[in-house]
Amino acid sequence: MKEIALHLLDLAENSVSAGAKTVKINVCEDQNADLLTASIEDDGRGMTPEMVKMVTDPFVTSRTTRKVGLGIPLFKAAAEACGGNLSIHSTPGVGTRIQVSFQHSHIDRMPLGNLPATFLGLSVAHPEIHWVFRYTARANGTEEPFEYDDQPIKETLDGLPITHPEVLAYLRNMLEEGIGAAQQILKE
Amino acid sequence: MPTVKSLEDLKKIREEALKKREIKSAPGSVQIVVGMGTPGIAAGARETLKEILNFIEEKSLTNITVRQTGNIGRDSWEPIVQVVIGDEPAVTYGKVTPAAARQIMEQHVVGGKVVNDYVIPA
Repeated sequence: MKEIALHLLDLAENSVSAGAKTVKINVCEDQNADLLTASIEDDGRGMTPEMVKMVTDPFVTSRTTRKVGLGIPLFKAAAEACGGNLSIHSTPGVGTRIQVSFQHSHIDRMPLGNLPATFLGLSVAHPEIHWVFRYTARANGTEEPFEYDDQPIKETLDGLPITHPEVLAYLRNMLEEGIGAAQQILKE
Repeated sequence: MPTVKSLEDLKKIREEALKKREIKSAPGSVQIVVGMGTPGIAAGARETLKEILNFIEEKSLTNITVRQTGNIGRDSWEPIVQVVIGDEPAVTYGKVTPAAARQIMEQHVVGGKVVNDYVIPA
């Protein structure tokens, strides 16, 4: 996977599989601190410390009873190769929070990728979940935040399908324009 | 934050749709499911989903439900898309690139004809 946005999508699917009702994704491009950070927080079933270890380093555990993907280890390796890291905080029965960071200007850092398409897909194609997406750009000492919380949106829809063409256009524009506007303050 | 005004816009969309009787309590008559597990994402499933949503928007199609799901378990066929129209049996398509997705939307979802070239053999 060649985009941070695609890795976040992969993590979001894990949250859905874990039975989460609310999932919050935060992305921050901070050129003041030369950091790109992202986090995903869910209220799913959570993991034991043993499971956390297994999803992070699948080759150093002896347990083979459960199939574990390579999404998280590869994302972690990519972050560590760019002066950053990935950490998982999880409590069984409470939820999971995964945080990742990259040196923003690192030559090998994968691009952020298409956040609006990622967020639109999640919000539309998992309508039973409450999604909160935040994107923040920081540069030259200023900050531009954008937030998309789909709870008030779904309440307003009140029976109108989220896949209605005009609703799709509305949501897509909201995400594309909102994130695009915040990104304006970033330097090339 | 422009959110407050935005919700007003959404209310207008809802009112217009209500006039055109586009609000139904039953789920849409067409269901589309895109496999979005790790193998699906790596194979380009997000672009496939994006194309499907763009097509719905572009052609103003209603009564379609779109879902994404976890790993389907047929990795070599990713991206995988399943289409169910009304009471007809589900059709599972494999290697659905954005171009293939567009073809499936045009010929199967709109035209009612299964696109055999992309159907995964059982």
